[in-house]
Amino acid sequence: MSDLKSGSNLEKVLKAGHFAFTGECGPPKGANVEHLKEKVAHLKGMVDAVNVTDNQTAVVRMSSWAASTIMLQEGVEPNFQMVCRDRNRLAMMSDILGVSAMGIRNMLCLSGDHQRFGNHPQSKNVYDIDSMQLIALAKKMRDEGRFLNDEEIDVPPRLFIGAAANPFAEPHEFRPYRLAKKVEAGADFIQTQCIYNMDRFRAFMKRVVDMGIHEKCSILAGVTPMKSVGMAKYMGKMVPGMDVPDELIQRLQGAGKGKVAEEGIRFALEQIEEFREMEGVAGVHLMAIEWEHRVPEIAERAGMLPRPRV
Amino acid sequence: MIIADRKPLAELLEMIQDCDRILILGCKGCVTVCNVGGAKEVGILASALKIARKKEGRTLEVDERTLERQCDPEYIEQVKNEVGDYDAVISMACGVGPQFLSTAYPEQRFYPAVNTTSFGGAVQHGVWEERCAGCGQCVIHYFGGMCPIARCSKSLLNGPCGGSAGGKCEISKDVDCIWDMIVRKKTEQGRLEDLLDVKPPKSWDTARDGGPRRSVREELVQ
Ligand code: SF4
Ligand code: SF4
Repeated sequence: MSDLKSGSNLEKVLKAGHFAFTGECGPPKGANVEHLKEKVAHLKGMVDAVNVTDNQTAVVRMSSWAASTIMLQEGVEPNFQMVCRDRNRLAMMSDILGVSAMGIRNMLCLSGDHQRFGNHPQSKNVYDIDSMQLIALAKKMRDEGRFLNDEEIDVPPRLFIGAAANPFAEPHEFRPYRLAKKVEAGADFIQTQCIYNMDRFRAFMKRVVDMGIHEKCSILAGVTPMKSVGMAKYMGKMVPGMDVPDELIQRLQGAGKGKVAEEGIRFALEQIEEFREMEGVAGVHLMAIEWEHRVPEIAERAGMLPRPRV
Repeated sequence: MIIADRKPLAELLEMIQDCDRILILGCKGCVTVCNVGGAKEVGILASALKIARKKEGRTLEVDERTLERQCDPEYIEQVKNEVGDYDAVISMACGVGPQFLSTAYPEQRFYPAVNTTSFGGAVQHGVWEERCAGCGQCVIHYFGGMCPIARCSKSLLNGPCGGSAGGKCEISKDVDCIWDMIVRKKTEQGRLEDLLDVKPPKSWDTARDGGPRRSVREELVQ
């Protein structure tokens, strides 16, 4: 297996040709290790790797590298997220070395939500480099064994490099190109924004396949089950770049009292079933936000279990 | 030009609360053009301060003057005989003005009357927008003549980010997504390929990050 870039479980699963399944877990708003361990326990054995968010929505939480390390100790593979909002290139490179040293093998490179949305809107943002440049930086450190300034690294990091794609953000026509750029920059895998508009996602994937991007990276389709009608409406209206079709909202409304969450899960399961067959899709990224305890059930019903041992 | 907004009256009143006699000093440069610190605004502020003081049952003596510029020692010189006659001086120039004044007249107190925000221009009557962040290494020609450093909320050189929707930036419906505009312009020009290679990290050493900047024109230095 010497041709592995990182040796992460996720990389091996994808390399072996399995349909990958990743989860997500937000670190606690505090040093509550027990709560984090509880959430992680729900995901153990259910997914191939778990994204650990980095001050998501610009709200301060336990650092993503620390939470990733705890996750690793619990026997679950983390996908360490890093945003460009909070670190300059020095901090990025030292954290990349740090996580690699701790045995973390996946890293997701993101721009990060603007701090205006978060709980410290007065803060200064960094954006020394952007997500594209962060991908290229991680690749350079790993493959060339050099820092951004070309100085040699004494034992380079080993990381499976990921990036995000939002097929629903605008301008739409440019999205496949931006994805192609991320792959060119060095992304090994891509996790998409939560998908609700299947028509638009199908059209997006068709472009991606026509451009041959899927052959150069593994694309994991983003799924977040809707828990309530309110959540669906909120996501559609308030989250920039999120597309929630009216039909889905109507379908959830039609489910009746006490049954909306089940309907949301059903929709997610239908999506996963279609993604399994969709050309260019190599897996699913399940973002069950604050719903970690439902992941085993979703994984089971989606036919994702047992997860491959590679 | 440099764009600024007037500070709230309450803040200015607070600054000069122990003063009975002040000078308000305007500037005929950028702040006149963006209608915040020229002779007209000096007059308006003078009246507003006097009225507010009157309501408190105190009087305030205010003189008004507007200099050609406040970013040039030559013009700063012009107030040398009178500047000491006041309890304090309020400068309505951008942040540069009160600094030049403070340096020239160390005995006097100078207060800024405006909050300097950005370099930009008028997009319609009464509305000014940022266009440049003074990064010290201009790159707008790569982006259809639009600056993503100043105008993208995340200064992305390889945008647009995933929050771009309806031509607006994720931070607010009042802010245009410059990357949406760049992509559209390049698409219309049939030159999308200009945006397809990965732009390398920018060197910020010419920006504020590299320390205070200084420009020297050797031929003019005596
Ligand atoms: S690239 Fe730099 S100098 Fe040019 S407009 Fe933008 S901030 Fe100003
Ligand atoms: S929405 Fe557009 S302007 Fe706003 S941060 Fe993203 S790319 Fe930049």
